[in-house]
Amino acid sequence: MAHLRSPVARARGLGSAHTGVSEWWRQRLTAVALVPLCLWFGASLISLTGADHAHFAAWMAEPLHAVGLLLVIGAASYHFKVGLDVVIEDYVHTEWAKVTLLVVNGFGAVTTAAVSAFAVLKLAL
Amino acid sequence: MTPDPRPLSPHLSVYRFQWTMALSILHRVTGVGLGLGLVLLAWWLAAAAYGPEAYDLVRGFTGSIPGRFVLLGFTFAMLYHLCNGLRHLAWDLGLGFGLRTAHASGWLALMAAIALTIVAWLAGYWARGL
Repeated sequence: MAHLRSPVARARGLGSAHTGVSEWWRQRLTAVALVPLCLWFGASLISLTGADHAHFAAWMAEPLHAVGLLLVIGAASYHFKVGLDVVIEDYVHTEWAKVTLLVVNGFGAVTTAAVSAFAVLKLAL
Repeated sequence: MTPDPRPLSPHLSVYRFQWTMALSILHRVTGVGLGLGLVLLAWWLAAAAYGPEAYDLVRGFTGSIPGRFVLLGFTFAMLYHLCNGLRHLAWDLGLGFGLRTAHASGWLALMAAIALTIVAWLAGYWARGL
């Protein structure tokens, strides 16, 4: 009896747009990427313990270090953004407050990542 | 606008407390905490790009006793989130759901995180030559 359904009922019956799990998937993708990245990042921080500006600038001048840091910044920022979105959606049930916090989280994550990435490029180039 | 009265997750109060719940909430807490770590990373990198004076300001903080405690907290947070995150990835593959396995892997993640934190800090002090 499909021909008797109104257009909106038919549209509703079309089901998922298949993008519902994309954030879930990217969270896992960045998680997997962050396993080796965090180990490298942690080891780098240990090697940089107490480093003065000259020492740190010299370390940053190494292209592989700059690329590694950019990957850490990108993967960690995205992973954090998606993760905090889930936390906000779990605990904040008032619509305007939830949407506001989601927007602030997105802006905050992108701004922090932009500051870090620009600093890395300025030091490396 | 009033909150929608539909039942929404998580409804933690309906469960009897088990310590694996504490591990689960610790994963969340460390994850949120690590976001502040990203801000500290941005401050450190931006200061380094700005110049030696700004960099030394950050170094003064991270080298101070309160600063070291903050870094110790971030070290544990990162290592716990990493170890427990591997547990989550295994669950995503459908592995390790048995009660015994889930309890054992929880203990392992916590102990590994504590042990690796100690190792990381010993290595840091050794690298510094103290």
